[in-house]
Amino acid sequence: MDALVNKRVKQVLKGDKDAFAEIVDLYQHRLFQVCYRMLGNRHEAEDIAQEAFVRAFINIHTFDQKRKFSTWLYRIATNLCIDRIRKKKPDYFLDAEVKGTEGLNMYSQIAASDDLPEEELMKLELQDRIQYEISRLPDKYQTAIVLKYMEELSLQEISEILELPLGTVKTRIHRGREALRKQLSKQPHYL
Amino acid sequence: MNACPERIVHLMHDYLDGEISREHELELKSHLQSCVDCQAHMHELSDVVAFVKGAAHVEAPSYFTESVMARLPKEKSHAGVSRWFRQHPVLSAAALFLLFMSSTIFTNFNDEQQFSFTKQENVIIEGETVIIPKGQVVKGDLVVKNGDVQIDGELDGDLTIINGSKYMASTAVITGKTEEINQVFDWLWFKIKDGAKEVLTLFERDEEAE
Repeated sequence: MDALVNKRVKQVLKGDKDAFAEIVDLYQHRLFQVCYRMLGNRHEAEDIAQEAFVRAFINIHTFDQKRKFSTWLYRIATNLCIDRIRKKKPDYFLDAEVKGTEGLNMYSQIAASDDLPEEELMKLELQDRIQYEISRLPDKYQTAIVLKYMEELSLQEISEILELPLGTVKTRIHRGREALRKQLSKQPHYL
Repeated sequence: MNACPERIVHLMHDYLDGEISREHELELKSHLQSCVDCQAHMHELSDVVAFVKGAAHVEAPSYFTESVMARLPKEKSHAGVSRWFRQHPVLSAAALFLLFMSSTIFTNFNDEQQFSFTKQENVIIEGETVIIPKGQVVKGDLVVKNGDVQIDGELDGDLTIINGSKYMASTAVITGKTEEINQVFDWLWFKIKDGAKEVLTLFERDEEAE
């Protein structure tokens, strides 16, 4: 897999744009999933995941071929997601209603707000509930938890993606789990 | 909630990370058997993991790759060139150097289209022809650019004709070398020799000065 990807990367470097389409095919679902779990809606996830691939294409000459391509891609995508989250958070306090944004469903909006009333929570389907709880985490913990449990990456890979020491990654995952535990223990009815 | 050491919670997380030693695992298990609170804590953490892992896999829409490809910047025609430059820095520096060098020389060649010649006594100018009349002796070198030379008399020196031709009468005498330069490469060669000569004379002058 890595050998194939490096071959495609070399082709792209030589100017073969079509080789990049194969790279996108290989990683699209993984990257889209990270973005979806970080941002909470398909519309934004699509936009950011696409942007991540475009950035990868533009900066492909900076990719160190001795390293793992997926790690590099994940790094681009998670950084873009965190930027987007930080940019949009204050917006929700300024205007709760997002007009004319097709695809921005209620979960993307409640993501930034605090607790939902319990009766609202009860109405959520399990999948929406998972997304809701994940999005309430501070973004440092959210990234670590998403990479660990949704992308099923090793702690070592996560540490390379986030460019953080292994110990820091462990701490974030531990705190993320504790934060989720507290969130869920308030409303244990989902189980 | 409990007075159990922090350490136990750490062990729980190590356990969940799958990075716990055999002895620590035993320590954790024996503690959990004796402590209801920690048991509950461990239970909740396991539930958290199960909860998060319950997230369904999401897939990118089918048109995703196409959309990415459409968003890629259009490659400009010079992009290939700049890529080449980036990959071969030494060669590009050399190429750039050659380009500048040759361009100055070529411009010189093309700019100097005007008729010109070395001022010498005893020569006659007719149109764009330099004439050394019969019986006259011109002492010194003669360089004629973009014009012809007609020699009926004597030239006591070298003759260089650039972009022109020479006509010699039977009475003509040239004591030095004769050179006709009509092509760019000859011109280049001449320039180089000229430059070398100048450098040499500089050295000679230096020696004289000492």
